[in-house]
Amino acid sequence: MDIPSIDYLLDETAKNGQPIWQVVLREEQSDSGSSQESVLERAMVTYEVMKNAAMSGIASDMKSVSGLTGGDAAKYYNYLRNHKSLLGSMESRAVAYALGTSGYNAAMGVVVACPTAGAAGIVPGVLIAAQEEYGFSDREAVYGLLTASAIGGVVATRATISGAAGGCQAECGTACAMAAAALVEVMGGSPRQCTDAAALALKNCLGLACDPVAGLVEVPCVKRNGVYAVMAISAADMALAGIRSFIPLDEVIDAMYQIGCAMPSCIRETAEGGLATTPTGLAAKRRMF
Amino acid sequence: MSIGLFDIMGPITIGPSSSHTAGAVRIGLVCRMLLEDEVKSAKITFYGSFADTYHGHGTDKAVVGGLLGFRTDNEKIRESLRLAEFRGLSYEFHTADDPKLHPNTVLIEASSREKTVRVQGASVGGGAIRITEINGMPVQISFVEDTLILFHRDAPGVLASIAHILSSNGYNIGNLRLSRTRREGDVITVVETDVPVDGTTAGQLCSVESVSEAVVIPHF
Repeated sequence: MDIPSIDYLLDETAKNGQPIWQVVLREEQSDSGSSQESVLERAMVTYEVMKNAAMSGIASDMKSVSGLTGGDAAKYYNYLRNHKSLLGSMESRAVAYALGTSGYNAAMGVVVACPTAGAAGIVPGVLIAAQEEYGFSDREAVYGLLTASAIGGVVATRATISGAAGGCQAECGTACAMAAAALVEVMGGSPRQCTDAAALALKNCLGLACDPVAGLVEVPCVKRNGVYAVMAISAADMALAGIRSFIPLDEVIDAMYQIGCAMPSCIRETAEGGLATTPTGLAAKRRMF
Repeated sequence: MSIGLFDIMGPITIGPSSSHTAGAVRIGLVCRMLLEDEVKSAKITFYGSFADTYHGHGTDKAVVGGLLGFRTDNEKIRESLRLAEFRGLSYEFHTADDPKLHPNTVLIEASSREKTVRVQGASVGGGAIRITEINGMPVQISFVEDTLILFHRDAPGVLASIAHILSSNGYNIGNLRLSRTRREGDVITVVETDVPVDGTTAGQLCSVESVSEAVVIPHF
């Protein structure tokens, strides 16, 4: 797909009276030469892999390769089954599936990098939970994934989705924006509401450091996926209520990139600052290596 | 710039890190594809963040998995070090420092029974890679398009012959880049085509005087 900006994307949706996912499908078809149906089929397979990762994560208490993390998704899922959680049923399940996916990822399970493996829990967490809550089909869920990909694609083109280049705002921030847009899409919101939701989500991730303990995608990454799934739902809900983002998404993306470039390298996935160099973080690293 | 839908919503990969695991698998896979044969030995040097965290991220297993021919979603990557021993692939890991390189860079010197290749590549985020050097020559290859890699000598008319064979077989050249060591020295020509070049055409390309090898690596 060749989508240089959100403005372009919204123009295309307006010109053709189409939702974002249809513009994505058309772009991908002309780019890859595959039929729309085969693109959708491949997206359905991708969604199945997402579900498998989320369910594998909540069902097992397997440890990560380093031993730093593991079992939190199962713990949270058991809590949901036996208690009334503070979050509502959809949000709490989004947390469980996001934690599950991220935990499974840390244990070298098969996930869909969306847009990266470190942030792989957020989009599936939100989408799977919404599907369970509202009962839409896999195919409709896939429309949400396509819309999410348009947002992620513009971020990757205009800015970066790499924590080493732009901090965690580029990874979990982008994933949060993608999930918010996906949710608005499947709930029947307009293209503008999708991009407003994404803008609201990304704005609230700006400045987020990438400072994982021992440089591994575990602490704070796994639990961050759970927390940011809920943020995506809040952003989507506000957009569905008609709340606009004062700063348009293209400008938010550019701001994210500018902030990423201004970040010192110690908080861009080098494990040389922030949580990684706290006494506890350093002690964990020493135990490991 | 165009980006694939399934590059954003993907790749489907084993964890834990798309840059430290998926990208590393793909760089290993490039070596395997350039050798066009089983890899028998490999010397793997990690730089930057790769050097600091390769053990905890499974980057070692990822590169070796790629050398064994595994794709990013192959769960056997978790066991790749053991499988390598079983399959007769000997490997060694080194770390080095070079601040000029991208923080996630690996240099792989791999040999099959008959060939040796030296590939340097960077994992640039979300599983995307950029091969920056082949056999000591600077290149820029990301494999987002179907790619043809030609190894030849620097001589007048070689490029014309290559272009002629491609066009007479109906291939459109999307991009072409040459890299040479010196006049009349070794050259690597990287051609991006709209569809992968078939074996017959690759054979014709190899029969051009001065061309020693033509390797087709479809978009992956």
